Amino acid sequence: MASAEIRNKIFDTPSVNYLNHQKGWKSWAFTLDHKRIGIMYLIGVTAALLLAGVFALVLRSHLFSYQGAMLSDEMYNQMFTLHGAIMVFSFIIPSVPAALGNIVLPMMLGAKDVAFPRMNLASFYLWIIGTGCLFAAILSGRGLDTGWTFYTPYSIDTSSAVIFATFGAFVLGFSSIFTGLNFLVTINTMRAPGQTWFKLPLFLWSLYATSIIQVLATPVLGITLLLLIAERTMHIGIFDPTYGGDPVLFQHFFWFYSHPAVYIMILPAMGIISELISVYSQKRIFGYSFIAFSSVAIALLGFLVWGHHMFTSGQSPVVTLIFSAITFTVAIPSAVKVFNWLATLYKGSILLNTPMCYALSFIFLFGIGGLTGLFLGTLSVDIHLHDTYFVVAHFHFVMVGGTLTAFLGGLFHWWPKIFGRMYNDLMGRVGCFLVFAGFNLTFFPQFVMGSRGMPRRYASYDPEFQIFHQWSTVGAFVLGIGIVVSFVVLAYAAFRGPRCGSNPFRAASLEWQTSSPPDFHNFIHKPIMTDPYDFDSQVYDETLDTYIPRELADPAKVPPRKTPAHH
Amino acid sequence: MNWFPPTLIAQTNEEISKIVSGMNNDTSVPAHAIERPDGTAGWYSSEYWFPEAASDFAPNVDWLYMYIFWISLVFFAAIVGAMVYFCIKYRRKDGNLDTEPSPSHNTNLEIAWSVGPSILLVVMFWYGAEGFFNMRIPRADSEEIQVTASRWNWKFTYPDGDSSSELHLVNGRPTKLVMQSTDVLHSMYIAAFRQKVDIVPGRYTYAYLTPNKEGEFRLACTEYCGQKHSKMRTMVTVHASDERRKEDTQWIEAEYPAWQNGERIYKINCSGCHNKTAEAGTGPGFGNLWGKGEESLHGGGSVKVDEQYIYDSIMEPGKHIVAGYGPVSKMNSFKGKLTQADVNQVIAFLKYLDDPESVSDKPEGEVEKEEDEKPTEAEAENTST
Amino acid sequence: MAVADPDNILEHDDHHHDPFIAHHFESAEQQFDSGKLGIWIFLVTEVLFFSGLFVAYTLYRIHHPEIFQQAHHFLDKNLGAMNTIVLLFSSLTMALGVHAAQNGDNKKCGIYTLITMVCAAMFLGVKAVEYSHKWDLGIFVRSTFDYAEHHPEGISPYLIKLSVIPALLLVGFIGASVFSKMTEKDLLAKFFGGMAVTVGGYFLGALVGLGFMALTAGGDAHASHEVAASPLVLQAMSIDEDEKHDEHSHEEGDHDHAGDDHAHDDHSHDGDHGHAAHGAAKEPMHRDVGTFFSIYYCMTGLHAIHIIAGIIALAWVFWRCLALHWRPDYFGPVDYVGLYWHLVDLIWIYLFPLLYLID
Repeated sequence: MASAEIRNKIFDTPSVNYLNHQKGWKSWAFTLDHKRIGIMYLIGVTAALLLAGVFALVLRSHLFSYQGAMLSDEMYNQMFTLHGAIMVFSFIIPSVPAALGNIVLPMMLGAKDVAFPRMNLASFYLWIIGTGCLFAAILSGRGLDTGWTFYTPYSIDTSSAVIFATFGAFVLGFSSIFTGLNFLVTINTMRAPGQTWFKLPLFLWSLYATSIIQVLATPVLGITLLLLIAERTMHIGIFDPTYGGDPVLFQHFFWFYSHPAVYIMILPAMGIISELISVYSQKRIFGYSFIAFSSVAIALLGFLVWGHHMFTSGQSPVVTLIFSAITFTVAIPSAVKVFNWLATLYKGSILLNTPMCYALSFIFLFGIGGLTGLFLGTLSVDIHLHDTYFVVAHFHFVMVGGTLTAFLGGLFHWWPKIFGRMYNDLMGRVGCFLVFAGFNLTFFPQFVMGSRGMPRRYASYDPEFQIFHQWSTVGAFVLGIGIVVSFVVLAYAAFRGPRCGSNPFRAASLEWQTSSPPDFHNFIHKPIMTDPYDFDSQVYDETLDTYIPRELADPAKVPPRKTPAHH
Repeated sequence: MNWFPPTLIAQTNEEISKIVSGMNNDTSVPAHAIERPDGTAGWYSSEYWFPEAASDFAPNVDWLYMYIFWISLVFFAAIVGAMVYFCIKYRRKDGNLDTEPSPSHNTNLEIAWSVGPSILLVVMFWYGAEGFFNMRIPRADSEEIQVTASRWNWKFTYPDGDSSSELHLVNGRPTKLVMQSTDVLHSMYIAAFRQKVDIVPGRYTYAYLTPNKEGEFRLACTEYCGQKHSKMRTMVTVHASDERRKEDTQWIEAEYPAWQNGERIYKINCSGCHNKTAEAGTGPGFGNLWGKGEESLHGGGSVKVDEQYIYDSIMEPGKHIVAGYGPVSKMNSFKGKLTQADVNQVIAFLKYLDDPESVSDKPEGEVEKEEDEKPTEAEAENTST
Repeated sequence: MAVADPDNILEHDDHHHDPFIAHHFESAEQQFDSGKLGIWIFLVTEVLFFSGLFVAYTLYRIHHPEIFQQAHHFLDKNLGAMNTIVLLFSSLTMALGVHAAQNGDNKKCGIYTLITMVCAAMFLGVKAVEYSHKWDLGIFVRSTFDYAEHHPEGISPYLIKLSVIPALLLVGFIGASVFSKMTEKDLLAKFFGGMAVTVGGYFLGALVGLGFMALTAGGDAHASHEVAASPLVLQAMSIDEDEKHDEHSHEEGDHDHAGDDHAHDDHSHDGDHGHAAHGAAKEPMHRDVGTFFSIYYCMTGLHAIHIIAGIIALAWVFWRCLALHWRPDYFGPVDYVGLYWHLVDLIWIYLFPLLYLID
């Protein structure tokens, strides 16, 4: 096929797209279109993020003074619980897979939709119900004060609305399972002809690994929460020591889910970074198969390390030893990814626009988050650091510095595709800088506090820590402003931004081979199969606005083949 | 910085047995204040990152922490340095998209940067595990101290039967804390000793440590246990000798007036939920309780605040629930834990809180003697122990 | 399962016009493969869902083997075995139903599906008899466990309560069937008729279960008396024992078990009654046995919920049989529901020996 023929077929931006082909709220509420479901998810998780973020700011304001500035102890406990529960269950877990993944995954496969569109919609409504239950816990007036981990026996004993909240988390679990199941099947059976596993964008590899975890780990959380509800209502004596139960068993069950859930949070983020680094360096990703397999390796190893949350629980020292050893093995694939991203930057053509700034922030912050994990994996050091602010800082560096940063980066990357409009790049970078600076200011002092023995979940504390808490509080507000600025930039762009072409960033993966915003069926014409990371031998066709394989290009325009210096 | 970790057990067996047998009476070391040893320590020193080290395995933990710290710092600097350098050197100029060709992968390099760091990780794991086992396996000659954690009080009981709400240890003596919880999860954390173990209801857990520095240190609960989690803190005092410890832990009731005995009971049992002031805690404040005369109850009605009311509230907390604390009492009964005499002392303390003038300042021992002399007035107070 | 539905085909579809292939699939094969992979992954999540309970079962059995040994005598092996046979038979009819659907034989498929549903309902009927009998005896979960040795007369009030909803359903389905017949909606009449027969299966199961219990009453009563008389069940975790000490109660149990001989049993039975009567607190007796039943109710209850979900899925298949939807190139949903049904059976195949046949 010569390029002239292709040219005739493709990309005259249609006036009808998935955003406007049907109108009215019903066309959204009952849509089976993965893009619309993704956008609804996006609005939902953003609302959850902002709400839980407000809780965080209240917490930080309270901690400005060592005696506690504004809340009662009880209110403080509820605040950190709701902050954690909403952030984890309603925001971070669905953020990248269910919101961004939903929108781009079928397009990256050249497919029309996910395999089970109705299950996809059901997943979204389960998210609504589950999040609604968490809100019901707040609105019931009794709040929730168990910590997001629902540790027994406190969660059996407290008078707060534990059943509402656990039922909410249970339902959110099913929402997550539905998404994971859908993605697994879609990636397995609905790849475009010619798209082999090793031509999959790395974002899809990471989503695949994430989905495996969602499908395998979440049911265990489900049964654990059901047992907790049964324990609270009927006292069945599984977790409640008053009736001969074992509270540590709950911790084992809980972390069997919740540790892999940490990888549900970070793996898709790593996938996004692989895309961004490659596209904005216009370089083939370095060590594709290492990155791809390290995602799967992290997912599988993630199932074997849950016990490292219980080093101090008095569990058998031998078990503890084994968990520590396996924990260190997770460090290797994570480090490999970082090295590969750096090697991709090498000799690239690096564009420092908003998404790339987020990607670079990710490497910086995830680097700290990952390296501080080494302290916590080391047994004797963890005994000292366990349940101190060091842990708080560590997982915020991974979840906020990692996942949230990548989520924002991904939004800025795919925003022109989703809405067909470009954002203000300068303002985007200002937002990114505020997020980066505010984040570091918030959480770096917490490492110092934690090492010096500041326990977490404390409503008041020793005066010697006050200066660190104050820096942290100031940082939290800067971070908050940064996040708001970023979302304002995006929201403005979605409605008022200048129109942009189908492929403004010269990416090579399939989702850029359709108009922006895409047609209801994603592709009006079948996409040309490309290698998503080949910016060297594939030829950029200006008319088609996409990379195409060398043999399909107009021979007159094909530049001489570049050869690597050494191989 | 030392290239190898300090030895894990600072003292030989002989040295320890010397200390245990009370031969080490070096009293010239002053008790430390709760401050870091040197407020000006730089960030590159473990003194910056850690509280004072006061147990024999603390230096080992600190060393390992700094070992990981430096390795992390080197890697982090290399990663961020390379990233910044590449971003400057290879930034896109004048929209030029041509990239210099470079290999898409390099198996040798990739294996090297996978295996290289692994070796460093093995070292971390090894020393960490070694240190951990030394923290977990108590020596056979350890002194056992019973720890009872309940919301939100600590109670420490020593081998000689004394008990206190603060932990008192003897310098250099290997100590095994046998811990139990009466309600929910707690965790005993002494930062200066680098030791932390959860306290799990329904089973005993153990913490092992050997303090090697006299002074006062912080002890905190680090497993979230409900409303006053952050108030569940107390002090650890490391004494030079058994005798010095005895001075602090021993409590001879006859030497104190009833209200002070009551205050001690209050500290160990009640202070988690009931404030000394009138301010409400998890339970009503004790500040002006006695002076109130009447307490209004949950679900209407009121009750006269008298000895009977106090006794009932301690032994059967569900009997009278004060308005605002219903519908169910969260308090555990002290039946079998406190005696009638203990309750009387608590009542004396309540009276004292209301009006210090109203209670006798005479030690109970003297009161008893006087009562023995005048048997007609006896029995009514029933303050004997 | 989100597979093709005749009501949901989008107009402008340039690939195919087959109403049973959803618009986003390229071909029938792709749709079938997707559905099949989807259901298998779903079954994996189901297995993991139950796995938590199996782990809890294993741990408590390791910690309290004697409790499990003794407590399972309260379970009626005969009823359990009968339920096992019923479920195995339903798996067979399900497989035959799938086979019929593969051949496009909707009528046969419908009949087999109906038999499967009746078996499922029978299972629930027998289960209801088992549950209600235990509740009569005060065998509840750990905290409310309050076993009292007696022989309840007549039909259990619990069984009547459990049967209210099935009875309402039965009346409703018969009414709906008759109404549909009168309004000449033959398909609906058949469907509701089938559903009425299904719910009838519940009552059949309950009757058979009651009959079985009446037949084996002598032996059963003897068995439970023997159990009740054993020192362990009566003594287990009396109030003065330290609740905190798992190992402690464990040793205690082992000790009792070791000294288990009949003459002793009766003696300690009496002695223990005396002791309990003297004890001031009204602490429930033999509470640890309740832990076994906590796990028993969780496992079988969750399984029963899956049976109910299975009946709903089968009813959907049954309806589509009546609507003659299945063809040799389109029978996926029957296959998927069949796989699900086999898994539900399989879980019971594990539950039965673990709970009923501990010896």
